[in-house]
Amino acid sequence: MKRCIERLFNGLIKENPTFVLMLGMCPTLAVTTSAFNGFGMGLSTTAVLIMSNLMISALRKVIPNGVRMPAFIVIVASFVTIVQLVLKAYVPSLDKSLGVFIPLIVVNCIILGRAEAYASKNPVLPSIFDGIGMGLGFTGALTIIGAVREILGSGAVFGYQILSEKVFTPISIFILAPGAFFVLACLTALQNKFKAPSATNIEGEKLACNSHCATCVGKQSCINHQLVEKQKIEIAEKEKQEKLKKAEELKRKMAENKGGNE
Amino acid sequence: MEILKTVFITLISTTLINNVVLSQFLGLCPFLGVSKSTKSAGGMGGAVIFVITVSSLLASLAYTFILKPLGLEYLQTIAFIVIIAALVQFVEMFLKKKIPSLYNALGVYLPLITTNCAVLGVAINNVTNFNNGDFSALQTVLMSVLTGFGTAVGFAISILILAGIREKIQFNDIPKSFKGMPITLITAGLMAIAFFGFQGLI
Repeated sequence: MKRCIERLFNGLIKENPTFVLMLGMCPTLAVTTSAFNGFGMGLSTTAVLIMSNLMISALRKVIPNGVRMPAFIVIVASFVTIVQLVLKAYVPSLDKSLGVFIPLIVVNCIILGRAEAYASKNPVLPSIFDGIGMGLGFTGALTIIGAVREILGSGAVFGYQILSEKVFTPISIFILAPGAFFVLACLTALQNKFKAPSATNIEGEKLACNSHCATCVGKQSCINHQLVEKQKIEIAEKEKQEKLKKAEELKRKMAENKGGNE
Repeated sequence: MEILKTVFITLISTTLINNVVLSQFLGLCPFLGVSKSTKSAGGMGGAVIFVITVSSLLASLAYTFILKPLGLEYLQTIAFIVIIAALVQFVEMFLKKKIPSLYNALGVYLPLITTNCAVLGVAINNVTNFNNGDFSALQTVLMSVLTGFGTAVGFAISILILAGIREKIQFNDIPKSFKGMPITLITAGLMAIAFFGFQGLI
């Protein structure tokens, strides 16, 4: 039981997926136009996360290592489809405002990242609590960002007008696309200022992925990422050598020309 | 003439007005992650153009000719993600074997694309936009490919611009807490404001 509570705390605060790990940036920026949208998106992601963690950790001894990622993706995609249909049936307004981002939960790095990093290696119960913790951490973060944007952009929270228009002129750009970038930029800057641990101010790959979605999906992508780095170094070296070769050839030619002239 | 007009308007609206990154928030991870230098941004842009164009063709073909006639529309998310993952693997193997020069330029960025939400997002958007009865099956497929290509070009343009700005910004005097990610996000926000200007085009 202690382990389960530890997982909850870990997801909510210590390794908060949005503020600390900086995972799943696309939904974070896109759907947080209001606190309610952020809350809804967070809860749908939580539901998928819990169910996929449960399924993957139950099947962890059955799924062969080689086809791990495709198997995970298919499991996650089926749960996303279920959540999408449920939302369409019972909360059609939320389904409409979240739009394409509900099916896009499939490619949310948090889910595949947790599947790879935790659920595929641990028993069922802790995995479920890991899913709950991470999901609630994500929900909380999205709700906070959504509330900040809603207050600045329209003076309301969860649809209730707090600041009347006489006192406060809404800055509508915060509801539009650029506002999302600005709010997140200020939040990460605050984190850097107070030296709170986050993927943006800790060097190296210790904490998540340095905002690199591709690396958080798991080992395969990590390897790919390393390949990219390796290839870059190789290319740089090749270019260096070619330059040296050219310089040498030039020298030789010059020397030959000199010899010819003499 | 009518066709040319549609093609032109679709391309402009997908690349500039509804820019995939700056106004729809798709594919933000590579946008922020791979934009440290213009060279890698160019490689990523090229790979994305290639994969999105082909995957939107395959996804719309699968939807109009397999899923829709069988009444299996609700399986679209699963079907599309499997198609995309398989396509990326296949393209990588094909390029490695047959066109090594292109593989050297794009190859290393290809595996990173499966997790790029722009690819799946474009496929799903196409299906919802072009299956309302206004278009015949062939038109749906063609429009999907066109939209996919335009969207991907929009991605390439914006990632190249951001990489260029980031290369210059390195030498500027930025407040300590805004170094790194925050200043990149602010740059992206300013770019998003600039792209608002295109809304008056059509």
